Formats: sequence, structure tokens, C-alpha cells
Amino acid sequence: MSLADFFYMGGYAAYLWPAFGLVVLVLVYNVWSARRALAEARRAAARRLQMEETRS
Amino acid sequence: MWKWFHMLASPPHFYRIAGLTIPWFGWPALVLILVGLYGGLVLAPADYQQGDGFRIFYVHVPSAIMSMMVYGIMATAAAIGLIWRMKLAHAVAAASAPIGAWFTFCALATGSLWGKPMWGTWWEWDARLTSELILLFLYLGYIALRSSIEDPQRADRASAVLALVGVINLPIIHYSVVWWNSLHQGSTMFNPGAMSIEMKWPALSMLFGFMLYYGAVLFVRLRAEVIRRERNAAWLRQELAL
Repeated sequence: MSLADFFYMGGYAAYLWPAFGLVVLVLVYNVWSARRALAEARRAAARRLQMEETRS
Repeated sequence: MWKWFHMLASPPHFYRIAGLTIPWFGWPALVLILVGLYGGLVLAPADYQQGDGFRIFYVHVPSAIMSMMVYGIMATAAAIGLIWRMKLAHAVAAASAPIGAWFTFCALATGSLWGKPMWGTWWEWDARLTSELILLFLYLGYIALRSSIEDPQRADRASAVLALVGVINLPIIHYSVVWWNSLHQGSTMFNPGAMSIEMKWPALSMLFGFMLYYGAVLFVRLRAEVIRRERNAAWLRQELAL
């Protein structure tokens, strides 16, 4: 089987590759967004602590 | 046992243990998914009816199973949170919702891309497809409800009730292909003999990969939830190195 055959996927390339691409994209996005949420929560907590410090 | 349980539920311990656990879920998940992709796209033989088009199976079915499994875990955690007033359980439910919603989106989108060449349509108001779409709306409703309530404890309780009511949809999705005359084919994954082992193992590898992936992303999101809810200033200061 040649590489061209592989990408052709028996004529289903137009449906198959978007499906796989989409799932991979979503998997990567989920990791990124979870990590961003953690970083954001840490920043917000740090701000909260600093505000409490300046108030007291 | 109870002492261990309480220790785990204490935010500082949980935060630390979750951090240590993430790579143990994440890396095996990556390996299983890559192996599953290679097996599904290259090693598995083409289907005698659907040719290479059937390979969408390898992303569609694991996504669909995860969409329901994550909802089940979310609702169970919500119930535990309601009954035993455990904050960590509510946090599990809250952290699961976006991941489950994305798996549901993947199941619907890949199903649509599979439906077009096989059924000749992107979408049909069929029992299986409609109930899966309702699952997506349940996730989105849960997320919207949470973000609309300021007080975290009220948000926890109200969203937990919504999650529990939505559980009724899970058996409907599962049995939709049996109860109604559906365009959607019946279960092949859990039907012994429906698939040869060369066709099946990449799907199982993908599914276990997705489960571990869910664990890894869940723990990252849980750490964020723990920080957001924590009011123990001394620990936070130490953890954030202020």
C-alpha cells in the first residue's frame, strides 16, 4: 500500500480525515484549556491573598 | 480507611496527590491513543461493507462511550455531593462537565461525518442521534447553570439536581437503537462476534486511552477547583510560593 493510497482511504478521505483531525484537535484543546484554568485559578488566588495582605 | 479518605478529601493533600497522579494517567493515555490510531488507520483490515469508511468507528465509538460514561461519573459525583455534602465530589462533577461536553460534540460530529457517505445525510432526527444531542444540551445546561449562580455552594446544589434529572437520558441513548426503528446500527463493540479481534483491539486501545485521558484532564481541572474553593490562606500561600 502506497502513502497516496493511505491518504485516499478508499475514497472516504473527505469524511475520514476531518473526523480524526477534529477529535485530535479537541483532545489537544481540552488539555490546553484545563491547564489554562489551573493557571488562572492560581493567579486569582494569589491576587486574593495579596489584597487580604494589603488590607490588614 | 476512613482516616485515609478524609486525608484525601483535605484540599492540600488532594492537590498534591492529584499533581503526582496526572503524568501516570496522561502518558499512558497518549501511548494508548497513538497505538489505537495506528492500529485503526493502518493495521485493521477494511470492512467488507463500508470499506475504509468504517474506520471513523475508531474515533466515533470511543467518543460516544466516553460521552455517556463521563455523564454517569458526573451524576454519581453530584449525588455524593448532595447526600454527604462533600465539596470534592461537587468539584469532580463540575470538572467533568466540559470534558464530557467535548466528547459528546466529538461523537455527534464524527457521527455526522460517518453518516453522510453511509446514509446519505449529515443528520437525521433519529432516536439515537436526537438523544445524544440532548446529552450535549444537558452538559451545556449544567455548565450554564453553574456559571449563572454566584454562590459556589448554591451552584453546586442546583447543578447537581440538574445532573441527576438528566441521568434518565442515559438509558434512552443506550437502548434507543433497540426501542425505536433506528437508522443507527446496533452495538458492535459489546456484541461478541460482531467484530474480529484485528478490528476490535484498536478501538479498545482508543477507549482505554480516552479513559486515562479523561482522568488526567479531570485531575488538572480538579486542582483548579480546589484552588478556587480553598480559603486556607496558609496553605495557599505556601503552594503559590508567595
